[in-house]
Amino acid sequence: MPDYSNDSDWTPNAFKVLIAGGFGVGKTTFIAATSEIPPLSTEELLTEAGVGTDDLTGVEGKTTTTVALDFGRITIDSENMLYLFGTPGQDRFWFMWDELCHGALGAVVLVDTRRLPDCFAAVDFFESRHMRFLVAVNEFDGTHRYDPPEVRAALSLRPEVPLVMCDARHPRSATAVLVALLRHLMLTDPPPVSANPSIEAGSRA
Amino acid sequence: MTTAGGAHQETWLDDAAGRLVRPYTVSAGRTRPTHPMELLSWVVATGAPPRGRLEPDHDVALRLCGVATTVAEVAARMRLPAAIAKVVLADLVAVGAVRTRPPSPVADPTDRPILEKLLAGLQQRL
Ligand SMILES: Nc1nc2c(ncn2[C@@H]2O[C@H](COP(=O)(O)OP(=O)(O)OP(=O)(O)O)[C@@H](O)[C@H]2O)c(=O)[nH]1
Ligand SMILES: [Mg+2]
Repeated sequence: MPDYSNDSDWTPNAFKVLIAGGFGVGKTTFIAATSEIPPLSTEELLTEAGVGTDDLTGVEGKTTTTVALDFGRITIDSENMLYLFGTPGQDRFWFMWDELCHGALGAVVLVDTRRLPDCFAAVDFFESRHMRFLVAVNEFDGTHRYDPPEVRAALSLRPEVPLVMCDARHPRSATAVLVALLRHLMLTDPPPVSANPSIEAGSRA
Repeated sequence: MTTAGGAHQETWLDDAAGRLVRPYTVSAGRTRPTHPMELLSWVVATGAPPRGRLEPDHDVALRLCGVATTVAEVAARMRLPAAIAKVVLADLVAVGAVRTRPPSPVADPTDRPILEKLLAGLQQRL
């Protein structure tokens, strides 16, 4: 192996935030508005992962499909980059969100108030994985503006989950959602998974 | 694991869910890289001449690694699924032409100084 003895500073840190929500809710629009590059797209290969073979050639009848993932990038400083990943809109692909979730700082769940139930899968998923998230209502033109308490009640959001309004098309508005997420991450306790009974001064009794 | 595969079988055959993919000749059918990589793993060319023969796609990937970049970006620019791009990049690691690093040495996503930096950086864009 080559010697990488001094490799600690040859790349920045890459942090990941997930942009989730139902089909057509504005995830790609949100990424385009906040990213410094036009959203890029890659595909994840869904295959019978872990079934014992690495080799698709010569395996009769083995099917593989792909799911597109959008992503964008925000350079914070020379040491830190923030990547935004749009999760697949089809909630039947929830099972591949695990790889996406791995190492993510947190998530934005975009909702369209005309189709609130579309975001249930994302909310449930992040709750079950103890991934911290906030809900951002993408206010499409001409839609009835539900009061935040109404949306909150409809989604049965826990009190600590922030709910914000945004226009996913506008950089300032969408970036403000990310700011709200970072504030939420700083103000709330770490996810229960890693939160051992703590004697830190800041922890709540 | 096998039950998961079986359970999703019908999903895979559903056109609306996503297209069936051609076999990727560049990865010779391999879908698991020889070197573990994540979507946000960093890759960068070492500058060392590859020890071994490369396919044209490896050359393309190597050029994209001229400056440090992420697996996701290489995949997007090559229009390859991330799993296939990982195989190609791992080949380049194996021949010494590329080195890779995990996304972040900060294992703890609740690291306060980091969160503060990210927050400040985002606020500057408002
Ligand atoms: N009027 C209005 N239109 C929007 C807004 N956000 C998104 N759109 C439009 O809604 C449509 C869907 O937005 P996308 O960003 O593609 O949604 P998506 O969540 O990425 O969709 P999928 O990836 O297919 O699940 C596009 O035509 C957008 O231009 C908004 O805030 N206001
Ligand atoms: Mg999209």
